[in-house]
Amino acid sequence: MTYSLAKLTVDGLTVERGGRTVLSDLSFSCAAGQALIIRGANGSGKSTLLRALATLLEIKAGSVLLDGLELEEPDERAEHIHYLGHLDGIKTALTVEENLAIWHAYYGGAPAHPDLSPALRAFDLARLRDLPAQYLSAGQKKRLALSRLLVVPRPLWCLDEPSVSLDQHNKGLLSDLINQHTAVGGIAIIPSHEDLPLAHALELRIDTVDRKAA
Amino acid sequence: MAGTAQAFQSLIKRDLKLAGRSGTGGLLAVFFFALVVTMVPFGLGPDLKLLARIAPGMIWVAFILSSLLSLDRLFQTDFEDGSFDLMVLSPLPMEALVLAKCVAHWLTNAVPLLIATPVLALLLNIDGVSMGMVILTLVVGTPGLTLMGAIGAALTVGVRRGGLLVALLIMPLYVPVVIFAVGSVEAAREAAQLGQPVDIFEPNFFFLMALTLGAGVLGPLAGAAGLRLNLS
Repeated sequence: MTYSLAKLTVDGLTVERGGRTVLSDLSFSCAAGQALIIRGANGSGKSTLLRALATLLEIKAGSVLLDGLELEEPDERAEHIHYLGHLDGIKTALTVEENLAIWHAYYGGAPAHPDLSPALRAFDLARLRDLPAQYLSAGQKKRLALSRLLVVPRPLWCLDEPSVSLDQHNKGLLSDLINQHTAVGGIAIIPSHEDLPLAHALELRIDTVDRKAA
Repeated sequence: MAGTAQAFQSLIKRDLKLAGRSGTGGLLAVFFFALVVTMVPFGLGPDLKLLARIAPGMIWVAFILSSLLSLDRLFQTDFEDGSFDLMVLSPLPMEALVLAKCVAHWLTNAVPLLIATPVLALLLNIDGVSMGMVILTLVVGTPGLTLMGAIGAALTVGVRRGGLLVALLIMPLYVPVVIFAVGSVEAAREAAQLGQPVDIFEPNFFFLMALTLGAGVLGPLAGAAGLRLNLS
């Protein structure tokens, strides 16, 4: 399977949060098959940028275009974007497998008997599939949240510091996963402080507005 | 379109599963309801006529208070654990998301209360006609309550312990529902007392239906607007 996406283009992006301009006039582009690592100090607007790209934030000015198109309708966004924020979106009352099954159904995966084993295997969670998620450690929860990326295929991955609380082995698995994703023409946008061994990675530095002022 | 319908159903199924798994929410509401209704006869004394007279209104008020208990959590749990961000990135429009959450909330909260109503109504010396009408008006009116409540829950989703705020916001919307519901029960009871045939479909009942239908349109629209406001 390969994605048919060609390019993510961000032009003159300006985002306000709580009445404060966090990003102003930011432009960059990222071609299919690339991972874009966003670097910046704490509070420089990395997560804000990611939420704006994932259409979870209103954009004050500028544009975010996927192959020249703005994603406005819910089903268009749903076809293209995976988002993973700092909150993992895991229901602790449900088991590991149920957590994945829910998103499989909700994200419009083929309904009858979803095969979740690839997603469960990606981060070695198959052994824990029947365990209620409340008993997972922070790292295991992160792995479960990352496994969600595999329940339905979407070309644009927006992953906010995905390697936080992962051990060395799982960081490797994460890098492999992102490399596989870019190898088939996907795009990954990753704000991170770490150096993941990614095959086709570009770096983007964003500076804070108030640091410029100071 | 198929994806939208599937997402709608799966969201309801998920909420039912979560309520069944961890939720004492529905049960808590039933206990609260039972507590309020059983306390009334003790507070008013053994005047059976008076009890029968106030029973419909009492049940409606108790029902509303009980269903308010869990309303502020309608969207909040999903907001707090990050599920909401992920839910936005689905084929389901926000308005349909609100509607699905309301359906699930009504099924897990109002239905247990509805089941408890006939039993508890007996404690208030209610007569047959009133009992039937109370249950009928609850079935017709309470979906409207949930849909109106969704507006308040959506607006206060970012507020910790926003229960009080939700109650303040939506109480004015609940007032007409109670007035027409109890009016409808009263009209039927008076007709029965005079030996006339009971006509369910009188103006009060139509207004009650109109309120629920109106809430069915406005609730999801306003709720979705409220949620978008809180998405940041």
